Amino acid sequence: MTDMKTIIIDNQELEVDSAMTLLQACEVASIEVPRFCYHERLSIAGNCRMCLVEVVGGPPKPTASCAMQVRDLRPGPNGEPPMVKTKSEMVKKAREGVMEFLLINHPLDCPICDQGGECDLQDQAMAYGVDFSRFREAKRATEDLNLGPLVETHMTRCISCTRCVRFTTEVAGITQMGQTGRGEDAEITSYLGETLNSNLQGNIIDLCPVGALTSKPYSFTARPWELKKTETIDVMDAMGSAIRVDTKGREVMRILPINHDAVNEEWISDKTRFVWDGLRRQRLDRPYLRENGKLRESTWPEALQLAKSKLQGGKVFGLAGDLASVESIFALKQLIVELNGGFECRLDGAKLPNDFRGAYAGTAVIEDLDEAEHIMIIGSNPRDEAPVLNARIRKAWAGGANIELVGPASDLTYDYEHVGKNRAALTKLLKRPLNNKIKDKKSVIVVGIGAINEEDGYGVLSLISEIADSSDSKILIMHTAASRVGAMDIGFVHDGDWIEAVKNSDVVYNLGADEINIEAGPFVIYQGSHGDCGAHRADLILPSASYTEESGLFVNLEGRVQLAHRANFAPGDAKENWAILRALSNELDKKLPYDNLTELREALFGKFDHLRHIGLIADKSFGTVSKVKLNNNDFKNIINDFYLTNPIARASEVMAELSSGTRSKEINVAAE
Amino acid sequence: MLSDNDRIFTNLYGMNDRSLKGAQRRGHWDETGRLMKKGRDWIIDEIKASGLRGRGGAGFPTGLKWSFMPKESDGRPSYLVINADESEPGTCKDREIMRHDPHTLIEGCLMAAFAMGANSGYIYIRGEFIRERETLQNAIDEAYEAGLLGNNAAKSGWDFDLYLHHGAGAYICGEETALLESLEGKKGMPRMKPPFPAGAGLYGCPTTVNNVESIAVVPTILRRGSGWFKSFGRENNAGTKLFAISGHVNNPCVVEEAMSIPLRELLDRHCGGVRGGWKNLKAVIPGGSSVPCLSGENCEDVIMDFDYLRDQRSGLGTAAVIVMDQSTDIIKAIWRLSKFYKHESCGQCTPCREGTGWMMRVMERLVNGSAKVEEIDMLLDVTKQVEGHTICALGDAAAWPIQGLIRNFRDEIEDRIKAKDSLSSGIAAE
Repeated sequence: MTDMKTIIIDNQELEVDSAMTLLQACEVASIEVPRFCYHERLSIAGNCRMCLVEVVGGPPKPTASCAMQVRDLRPGPNGEPPMVKTKSEMVKKAREGVMEFLLINHPLDCPICDQGGECDLQDQAMAYGVDFSRFREAKRATEDLNLGPLVETHMTRCISCTRCVRFTTEVAGITQMGQTGRGEDAEITSYLGETLNSNLQGNIIDLCPVGALTSKPYSFTARPWELKKTETIDVMDAMGSAIRVDTKGREVMRILPINHDAVNEEWISDKTRFVWDGLRRQRLDRPYLRENGKLRESTWPEALQLAKSKLQGGKVFGLAGDLASVESIFALKQLIVELNGGFECRLDGAKLPNDFRGAYAGTAVIEDLDEAEHIMIIGSNPRDEAPVLNARIRKAWAGGANIELVGPASDLTYDYEHVGKNRAALTKLLKRPLNNKIKDKKSVIVVGIGAINEEDGYGVLSLISEIADSSDSKILIMHTAASRVGAMDIGFVHDGDWIEAVKNSDVVYNLGADEINIEAGPFVIYQGSHGDCGAHRADLILPSASYTEESGLFVNLEGRVQLAHRANFAPGDAKENWAILRALSNELDKKLPYDNLTELREALFGKFDHLRHIGLIADKSFGTVSKVKLNNNDFKNIINDFYLTNPIARASEVMAELSSGTRSKEINVAAE
Repeated sequence: MLSDNDRIFTNLYGMNDRSLKGAQRRGHWDETGRLMKKGRDWIIDEIKASGLRGRGGAGFPTGLKWSFMPKESDGRPSYLVINADESEPGTCKDREIMRHDPHTLIEGCLMAAFAMGANSGYIYIRGEFIRERETLQNAIDEAYEAGLLGNNAAKSGWDFDLYLHHGAGAYICGEETALLESLEGKKGMPRMKPPFPAGAGLYGCPTTVNNVESIAVVPTILRRGSGWFKSFGRENNAGTKLFAISGHVNNPCVVEEAMSIPLRELLDRHCGGVRGGWKNLKAVIPGGSSVPCLSGENCEDVIMDFDYLRDQRSGLGTAAVIVMDQSTDIIKAIWRLSKFYKHESCGQCTPCREGTGWMMRVMERLVNGSAKVEEIDMLLDVTKQVEGHTICALGDAAAWPIQGLIRNFRDEIEDRIKAKDSLSSGIAAE
């Protein structure tokens, strides 16, 4: 129930929700109000005082518009709607005053500051600053903090807006940052000099309105105006966060989040943000083939000839890796169908039926978590499997939601009731009277792949669906591979035991699958971007583009179809994935019926119409899952090391440093 | 002059017995329960009619403040919080109440809490007040033993618990919302208003924060009637008031007097006059360190109440009169206050965090004359940039003394700068 109220802002009369703040109302009226501390996804601090506006008839001083609600305004003497001025002389003077105060202790080092060109303080100073300083005293000096390998600090630039403190405590759920001291000696610090222990910490770089917190890996490498910006989709986890890839020449210089309310809000994980140095290392930039047990450089014609000779006549099995786009998997599927082979995408062993979409894309959407009052997490550590999604669960928890966990206990940044570790605990969830109460609430069951990747996976899933029925909950399947839902959408699955099928095949066509171990025997063609596990086992390597280097469709864990764009070009002789398959099909005289990506997509959409609707989630119904007898094992989480889950991350120095940092922290804790 | 019969604080100097028995002998805790049985509305109406204005500095009508508390609870409890964090330089009146006449406060707490429907009250006492805390705690214990606090307190049928909490000595915790934060165990940083404490205060519940003196006078007002209290002072400035006179008077003291007493009468009668005679008066800060000073020449006709002093562009504040004679380096005196505010700024919002240090440093140069004459206007401009732009009133409090200084003593500042200038140019000429 919203209570609407009329308000006049700068002579513009409008009706707004009375719970809105004046700043939000100004935004509705398309009036820009400068701000530093206010951020719509964080709590209100009201401390920068930049957003001051004049309330006519109120106290004879300006009001902070970020903190004042429309409902708290008094009407005029004759009942006129309250009036707010944002451009009056009083407001201008007040903001100029605040700007002067912000600048007196701010160093004049814009030319050597990484924030230059995208700095809120710089921008606002253009509007409210003056071109001289009246400040004759010495500027404040502060010591820089060591926050770890990701966030570089220049604390003299800090304007104490506390956005970073609020983000880390409210969203990331860590308690290492705060403001200590008083008055002009107040400073933002990390308590006891600790480094940040969160895989969302990179977001404070974006939040910082000045250059106090900047990106360490990106430092001094580029200026924002010389970067080409491409809006695309992340593949580091299955959420499909909206990102912007900034490139200079051929190189990806940095990755930033874009706002997408339904998916990642405006956060991304550190793996998403800092993985780009992995795009430059360990790259496969020309074809290789194995001779006498050793790989040697080759050429495309030679490589395609070899592939042809192996594929003709042999039994073929195709595997789709975690980072492959729908188009490339589709092209591979069509090629293998022509060759009468088999294929599989559920390489993590997930027992997900392909019969109905609800079983592998879940029945819930990510946004359901916002309103959920009861969340059951089963066999998952969302903090590792999708940190941004974990922040959503935390938000629900902060809003009063009750969280239960079945599986290994770990620090999820919020409190939860640990029901148990094994299948028996899951059975407990089914047979309990509480489910009747949960029925009246909004509830979500988060199912980790770790819960359903053992022999009894179908049985666990079936049990979970029963729990969902009895408590009227929705199910969210916590995929960890960006390609998985898309691959299942186009039916890239094998009936029966695919591991056995791989063993019995003559040729394995491995499309970027690095998380599996293919035993000796079959000839392996590896098509991928990085020299990782897959390439080590390969007998023939076809170098391909990575996720920033080609356009492609990805379907995220909730079943949302999203289009990734090309930001830069693949190195050396590496080609786009679909083009390699298309060229190979030509070689095999089984030419795939498309000559470019647009035609490929038309063919794809012709078979799977729902993929046409980019940004949307197609129908997700749930059916009956076959019951399998449960074992009595403890659930295990699927991710062991958050920072090293895919070949790009394993090639990244930053990720390696983070990984070893986390491990040494764990060892220290254990030693104590 | 206020006659002894009309004094509310009859043991202000600790000459008599401060225990419960002594207090009862002096008429406190007399028929408290019966008065409370007249009802909440009666109490609030009486306080409204008495014209009592808050004694903590801002002078907001106390009865009106109480009436903002919800009549019916929405499930949340209501709280009474007493601001005993008396830290304003010059102010030392609440201390006398707490250490010598604590039962006036405790009885007032019970009545006020009943009037606003609060079953618990907290007294937030300044960290440095250690003996005062002991005395007050003893008095609370006595009251509990005598059944004056706790269940069915003073046989009024009202349950009331009173807790004493001591701060850690930060001036900012005397700001009501910072006090609530501190009481909740957080860092003492002011909250934004609205919501006002009456809507969402301590732990998010309706809360009224009152000064010690405002509460301690309540029982006597109710016993003697609002008309009696109103008979003192000018219209809209009713009642008796504790004045704390410090500085260059012959006999600095805390004294209860009628409101609207002329300043000169206050100083001459109770303090033995200004040191060296009235003519030796240089400046007066009439209401504690945060109000602008008055120059001695203009003090002849000054009367001590809220409205008169506001019209003089100063304020009654806490009625802590700081007297300075001609021997005072007034610039240095105000610099010392700037230093205090710089030290006590909480650092939350920009103008105060950055402005107080800046103002203090310019003041520092005004003290030794090394500033430029133009900087006086610049400083005045900076004070205006701080004033009214902060979350709480500490920004205003830091700005006002400097504004008062420049308004009244600009000549002296300029003279000092010029003297220094001629001195240094003389040296250069040599």
